[in-house]
Amino acid sequence: MSTIIEAPRTPRERSSKGRVNWEKWGWIYMRASGVLLIILIFGHLFVNLVLGQGIKAIDFAFVAGKYATPFWQIWDVVMLWLAMIHGSNGMRTIVNDYASNPVVRRILLIALFVAAVVLIVLGTLVVFTFDPCSTLIPADQALSFCPVS
Amino acid sequence: MAIEEASTLTTARSSSKRPAGTLYRGNTGMWSWVLHRITGVAIYFFLLVHVLDTAMIRVSPGAYDAVMSTYKNPIMGLGETALVIAIMFHAFNGLRIILIDFWSKGAKYQRLMFWIVIALWVIGTAGFAPIHLANVFSEGH
Ligand code: HEM
Repeated sequence: MSTIIEAPRTPRERSSKGRVNWEKWGWIYMRASGVLLIILIFGHLFVNLVLGQGIKAIDFAFVAGKYATPFWQIWDVVMLWLAMIHGSNGMRTIVNDYASNPVVRRILLIALFVAAVVLIVLGTLVVFTFDPCSTLIPADQALSFCPVS
Repeated sequence: MAIEEASTLTTARSSSKRPAGTLYRGNTGMWSWVLHRITGVAIYFFLLVHVLDTAMIRVSPGAYDAVMSTYKNPIMGLGETALVIAIMFHAFNGLRIILIDFWSKGAKYQRLMFWIVIALWVIGTAGFAPIHLANVFSEGH
């Protein structure tokens, strides 16, 4: 097997004329999502870990307070989608670089895909179906403002 | 290729006078890539866990507070500090990668930008770590 490394800036062979160049869009996505994630993640870290008592103040009531406003719901869900897809696509690059056995590679890529889909769906549902006064919550754990059932 | 254009394959016209490999082999170009890769993987695995621990708010206040109490333990606090430091490197170096790709002088200044990344990283760490460690190691909650 001979691997030919083409000269830089050699035009790509257009074997897939008219089809979507997914690799190119993945490359663009890594950069576009990266810029947005800087704002989203630094804002997230600042509000949760730097302001006030930081990590010591994070509990159920703190999160309930944040998700009482659509602002933080949307912030977190957008961050979840962007980061999960960015991270999974980055891991795909790394798997393609190191997993030389085609079977192992295939299994790892499928695992990355499944993990991404499951966690994006789970996280999105958690944020949008969250109810601080859910009737599923045991009475002795309910927040003080919740109606007593 | 236009003469002005800086190639990603040579640092001959880089802002540094020191001879080096290429943008990616040896020296800052390679180490920034190694660090970017390692931090990316670390953040990815934390994100998997973090979505699951946050999902506990949908179970019950007790379940969420229990999982959060593990994050308030000092050993975990050191881990969180390391993770935020890793994110800062990945974020700043990510911007450097984007500038190398899209800014016409990006490849030429990649080495200078690497040191700017390191400087921002040190400043960010100096800003974050004391605050977080003080919260983690303070008494009570
Ligand atoms: C904070 C904002 C972030 C910025 C600016 C950023 C930027 C970047 C850039 C520009 C790349 C290179 C992509 C390429 O070469 O095609 C990259 C790769 C990567 N990123 Fe991020 N990223 C950020 C956040 C994250 C997060 C939150 C995760 C994890 C969930 C992550 C995981 C990765 C991984 C695993 C790679 C692949 C590394 C490699 O191929 O060596 N990044 N990032």
